[in-house]
Amino acid sequence: MKVRRVGDTALLVETGDLATAHRMDAALRSVPLPGVVDVVPGERTVLVVADHTTDLGSLAARLPRLRLAGDVAGDAEPLEIPVVYDGEDLDEVASLTGLSREEVVRRHSAGSYTVAYLGFSPGFGYLSGLDPALHVARRASPRKAVPAGSVAMAGPYAAVYPSRSPGGWRLLGRSRLPLWDVSRDPPSLLRPGTRVRFVPEERS
Amino acid sequence: MIEVVRPGPLATVQDLGRPGRAHLGVPRSGAADQRAFRLANRLVGNPEGAAGVECTFGGAALRFRGHAWIAVTGAPVTLRIDGRPHAMNAPCFVAAGAVVELGTPTSGLRSYVAVRGGIAVDEVLGSRSTDLLSGLGPAPLAPGDRLPVGSPGGLQYINVDVVPVAAMPETPSLRILPGPRDDWFAHDALSTLTSSLYEVSPDSNRVGVRLNGPPLERARDGELGSEGMVIGSLQVPPSGLPIIFLADHPTTGGYPVVAVLASAAVAEAAQLRPGQRLRFRL
Repeated sequence: MKVRRVGDTALLVETGDLATAHRMDAALRSVPLPGVVDVVPGERTVLVVADHTTDLGSLAARLPRLRLAGDVAGDAEPLEIPVVYDGEDLDEVASLTGLSREEVVRRHSAGSYTVAYLGFSPGFGYLSGLDPALHVARRASPRKAVPAGSVAMAGPYAAVYPSRSPGGWRLLGRSRLPLWDVSRDPPSLLRPGTRVRFVPEERS
Repeated sequence: MIEVVRPGPLATVQDLGRPGRAHLGVPRSGAADQRAFRLANRLVGNPEGAAGVECTFGGAALRFRGHAWIAVTGAPVTLRIDGRPHAMNAPCFVAAGAVVELGTPTSGLRSYVAVRGGIAVDEVLGSRSTDLLSGLGPAPLAPGDRLPVGSPGGLQYINVDVVPVAAMPETPSLRILPGPRDDWFAHDALSTLTSSLYEVSPDSNRVGVRLNGPPLERARDGELGSEGMVIGSLQVPPSGLPIIFLADHPTTGGYPVVAVLASAAVAEAAQLRPGQRLRFRL
């Protein structure tokens, strides 16, 4: 496991894969190391941000020796996200993938997903596990405003827009489940490693 | 209570932000120049993290409904209270009904107004900061806004008259540490970075300082997996022109970071103004 310096207050641990990144993230959350203020898993990395008083050298020596648990998600039930599949880009996705509209919906809702990491906006989770037949590029020009709850995909990832924002992902439908609520703690239902299923719902 | 008469080009409420939630996609946010911000609070006896106002390019006018003690730090501006000039980097008494006015900075970009007791707008996720990237916290200040002021009870005494603060250099030299992804760039990229003058682009903001200058050449193609980003990162998009991440930067990103500012240089970066030139040094 290579540990890279990120300025004078942070380290980037290369875990090689997502599962190990999630296991390291879980280890650092269950037993926080002194001085660590932020832990951010990425696709194959974990960023560890410390305060100014922390000796980065000894932290760098400690991180690769952390005891990592087994499967992080464990036996936890996946979060079920209800979806009404009436998105504006369904027809375009069907023609890009050569599948029927129904088949796009079937494959999207059949997948089992894991939150790889969050970013782009608060609570925006990049969900890995999208059927490769559904991998399409994002729109050539992003929409100025995508409504909160929009269920979308781009490249190898699926996502649900947690709040209204600009966005270039392909819209498949919408969900009424509020993923992001600043009055909750934590505010996000999605966290790195959370497993997710999409459940089709009748138009409401 | 403070009434916003004019916010100037951009004024926001800031504190020390929302650290600890980057894994949920929440930027740290907070005052862009924390050094100046903390000083303003200390001058009026506040804890360093009490909320104050960050004024971008000065120009703000604030009417105080009650007596208050304030301090203004950061980018040097003319400071007038009911028309009378006052020193920056010093506690000033504001009588009830008086208007505090900031001129346009002669150097630097962001000035801070601390008020004894702090600005007491509601917290969002543990902070009163306005985050312009993610839209958390109060909206940027608008004429007519009313900002509650917290109680000064239990605060430190005000015990400093004025603090000498070094002038901002015309062409700052920002110290960087290479990596974490300097190996994604041509072997001369770091020497290009440290031997060239860069100029601050007008589309810089609290998310990042965009730079014009010699582009940095990549040594490898392909995509980097998205990874966590820190404040002060020099992220390099395909244009080859680095962007210095400031307080409202995205929490993860997929472009390689060639170098990261030394922590002490982040405050200097937050004071860079469009058109200004700068250097990097190792």
